[in-house]
This record gives sequence, structure tokens and C-alpha cells, in this order.
Amino acid sequence: MTLYLLKRLGLGAVIVVIAVTLLYTMIHMVPGDPASVILGPRASAEMRAALSERMGLDDPLPVQIVSFFGDLLVGDMGMDVFSNRPVTTIVFEQLPYTLVLIGAGVSWAVLLGVPLGCYSALHRASWLDKVVAVLSVSAIAVPSFVVALYSLLVFAVALQWFPAVGAGDRGDLTDQIHHLVLPAFALGLGWVGYLARLVRASMLEVMGENHIRTARAFGLPERVIVFRYALRIAILPTITLLGVGIGSLLSSAVFAEIVFARPGIGKLIFDSVSTRNYPIVMGSVLVTTVLFVICTTLADLVNAFLDPRVRASL
Amino acid sequence: MRVLGLFWRNLRRVLREPLGLVGFTLALLLVLSALFADVMATHDPIGLSVMDRLQDPSAEHWLGTDQLGRDLYSRVLYGGQVALQVALIAVGAALAIGLVLGMLAGFGPPWLDNALMLLFDTLRSFPTVMFALAVVTLIGPSMGTVILVVVLTSIPTYGRLARTQTQSLKHAEFILAERAMGAGMGRILTVHILPNVVGPLLILASMDIPVVITIEAGLSFLGLGVRPPTPSWGSILNDGYSFVRNSPWPLIAGGLPLILTTIAFTFLGETLRDVFDPRIARER
Repeated sequence: MTLYLLKRLGLGAVIVVIAVTLLYTMIHMVPGDPASVILGPRASAEMRAALSERMGLDDPLPVQIVSFFGDLLVGDMGMDVFSNRPVTTIVFEQLPYTLVLIGAGVSWAVLLGVPLGCYSALHRASWLDKVVAVLSVSAIAVPSFVVALYSLLVFAVALQWFPAVGAGDRGDLTDQIHHLVLPAFALGLGWVGYLARLVRASMLEVMGENHIRTARAFGLPERVIVFRYALRIAILPTITLLGVGIGSLLSSAVFAEIVFARPGIGKLIFDSVSTRNYPIVMGSVLVTTVLFVICTTLADLVNAFLDPRVRASL
Repeated sequence: MRVLGLFWRNLRRVLREPLGLVGFTLALLLVLSALFADVMATHDPIGLSVMDRLQDPSAEHWLGTDQLGRDLYSRVLYGGQVALQVALIAVGAALAIGLVLGMLAGFGPPWLDNALMLLFDTLRSFPTVMFALAVVTLIGPSMGTVILVVVLTSIPTYGRLARTQTQSLKHAEFILAERAMGAGMGRILTVHILPNVVGPLLILASMDIPVVITIEAGLSFLGLGVRPPTPSWGSILNDGYSFVRNSPWPLIAGGLPLILTTIAFTFLGETLRDVFDPRIARER
């Protein structure tokens, strides 16, 4: 187990290193030097030279990459060229907003999707099961940013039940929750479908297993069998799914943040892309990639921990 | 002729499922409306008419007009062309590259397998939109960029599937027999493994089409995809978003075809999988 853990963490680290190197190389393959792209055509030669110097752009590429990793080890991701603040500070200011949004979206999806899946599995082939099946596929299919736009149109602009812009006043929790409702709804809708389907399938599988039959033979009430014995096992694949799904959750969060003009890491990247603010793009893509690798690795570990067959194959 | 008969029989199997029928009909309508956009459009999709800006639907403009007075119905039709074009090119390229790399990984020596798997894992480790944003920063927005992003991020999925399929066939008796008769790696891969690997990949591809269409629309919505004035469902949504307090119609017109298309291809893909993949069929 320890060996597997080390192997998996090592792989995660290697992936992050390759990803950063790729990004770095790509930035340098762009025609024109980054300094003049950032400063624009009207910058003087001295300004360009000063910026190149400050960003370490004059060094050869491998030296730059190595020094980037060196700085990274002490949490330094460079300076934002416009505001002259550390990239690390800027990124970690925005990250909590995104995490709260993802957390809220996933929470409501779990609270609705898991019971729906359970119900469908226990009442297999009932009309509600069929309705849930079709609705799940549809919810998965509809792009989350269209859900965001339509809920903005209906609930914020037409009905005016919820605010359309921002994350609410700092310190005013009710206001913040009020602002969170629509983006979290848009983020979670597809996941309700995913979870309902997955829980249904794994529940059906578990309910047919021997230990459930034994529990039945002992005359345990159905309620106890379902909730204490079956669901406990059937819920496990959802953990893996959520771990692997962090990538698509982050992608949806980008759109939700832009549509509802919320602060967050997606909005940050989007804004820096428009201004070609490479250090910020680099920093936020790096942080999200690390987050993604951590989540998928965790999911794999949980999976391996639960399933000896996976453990053995690695 | 035999192939055509087989196709027809399988199509009937798909159409017998209600979801398959709905999906197939919607997808067919979409393809036809994109193919015949020139005939079906009532207006020039990029013709401005500032006098008619942000109108509600009428006999003249069936879905209303946007902030520049362009006819939304015609724009939606041509937007379908863009969506399908991007989806077909990107999915085709990703499938082809993933297939080749995956078969090499599955059949080749272990070092090649490990290297390719590491490549797949790395490509997969960027969240798609983040990756797209980074690439767009570097090479600028265009339809080509969208296709490149989609191809790069979907290669791993196809590659992994092709690898697994190849590995499971590698030691099959008919392959061993071929080897014993002296067939080379090239012949085994192209003549014997390829036909057995390509099926599941095609099903995956049909389920990937809505995903790609969504990415194209999403990037164009962010202003990072297809360049204006070319109509794309995403850029129609972008216009609608900017003028959401003036008129709901651009948002409705841009979103509905997107929703219908993704639902159509998802239903179709699900049915294809159920019908052709006996391992997971019927259990749902």
C-alpha cells in the first residue's frame, strides 16, 4: 500500500512537472517575445528590456524552467506584471470563491442525486424510474453554461428572485448564499443526473450480492438493509466519480463565474487571458492542474484502498 | 451491399428504442438543417439592419433579431454548420490519432506503452477549459484553435480505449495463429486488430460529438472560439448575454439548438452503446 501510495504520488508530481514544462515551452514558442506582447507595440526598448530582465526572460529556456520550479518550492510563482503583487497571493485570494461554488454545487447534487438513484434502483422499471432515467441523461447532456445562462435569464432577469452579479457582501452570509444559489444550481444540475445513474447502477449490483441476501434471511427490515448495508457500499463509486470529475467541475465553475460575474479562479484566468497576463495565467493554470491531479490521485487511492484487485494490478 | 444491409438492420435496432428514435430524429434534423442552411435561411446571417435591432419573433424574423438587427433564425442555421464542422473534424482527428497511439501502446514494447500512458495522463490532467484558455492566450482565438484544443484533450480517451482493446486481443488465439504463420506487426495491427478495436471507439466518438459541440459553443461564448461575424451558437449566446436585459430572444435562440443537439447525440450515443455493447446492455 505504501509503495502504491508513493508510486501514485510520484506519478502525480511527474505529471505536474511535465504540464508546467509544456506550458512554459508553449509560451516561448509564440512568435514575438512575451515582453512586447505584454507591454504592447508602443513600449520603448528600455521598458521591454526592463520587463524581460524582471521576468527572467533573457535566460535560456531550461534555466527559466528550473528557476520557476525552484521559486515554486518556496511558494513563489512570480509577480503580476500589472499590479506588481505576487501571483501566489492573487490566485489564493480567488481560489476560495471557486471552491465554495464547487462545494455548493456538488452538495445539492449529492443531496438530490443519491436519493433519486436509490429510489430508482429499489423501484426498478417503475414509471418514476423511467422518468428519472430520461431526466438524468438529459441533465447530463445539457451544457452547464447554457443552464447558467437560462437560469440567469429566468430567475435573475425575468423573475428577479436572485441577484445576477457578484458574490454578495463580505461578512453578510445571507447575501452571499443568495448570490450562490443560481451558479451552484447551474454547476450541480448535470451532476444530479450523473449521481442518480451511478448510484442506481451500483445499488442494483450491491442488492444482488450475498451479504444482502444473508441480511434478508436474518429478517432485517428493508430499511436497515438498504441504508445500513447496501447504500454504504453502493455510494463508494461516487467518490471516485467526484474525484475524476473535478476537471469538469472546474470547467463549469469558469462559466458560472463569468456568467454571474462572480470572483473566482475561472474569472481570474479569463480576465488574464484577455490581457495576456502570462504570469497569472501560468499561476492559475498551475494551481488548478495541481488541484486536479490531487483530486484524481485521491480518487485512485480511495479506489485502490477499497478494491484489492486494483491495488494488485499496480 | 452487405455492409448497407448490416447498417440498415442495426439502424432499425437503434430506432426501436424510444431514446434512439428521438435522438436519431433530432440529429438528422440538425444535420439536414446545417446542410441546407443556404436554402432554409430567410436572411443573410451576417446582414446588418440596425433599424430592426433586438426585435421579438415575427413573421419576418422567426426567432427575432439580435443587437445588430441580424436575423436569429438564419444565424442559428449557419451556427449549426459551424458546430457540426468543428465536431466532425475534431472528433475524427482525435479518434484517428488516439487509435494509432493506443494500438501502438497496447501492442508495442513496455517502454513505449509507459511513455504513451504518461503522455495521455499529462494531457488529461489539464481541465479542458483551463487548457483551452491557456492555448488561446498563446495562439489566439480561431476555429483552428478550438479544434486543436479538442483534439489534444480527447486523444487520451480514445488512446486508452484503443490500448485496452488491443491488449485484450494481443494474446487471442487468432492473433497467435497469424503470428505463427509469420505475419508482421504491421499486418496484424491493420488487418486483424484494427477492425476489432474501431467499433467501441466509434461509439465513444458518437458520444463525444455533443461534448465537442459544447466546447466549441462555450469557447465562442467566451469570445475565444469562432471569430465574429461568423455565426456560432456560442457567439449568439454571447450577444444574448450582453443584451439580456433588453431582449431574451438571442439567448433563447442560441441555447435551444445547443440543448437539442447535445440531447439528440447523447440519446443516440447511449442507445448505440446499449445495442452494440452487450456487456453493459440491458443492465441500466
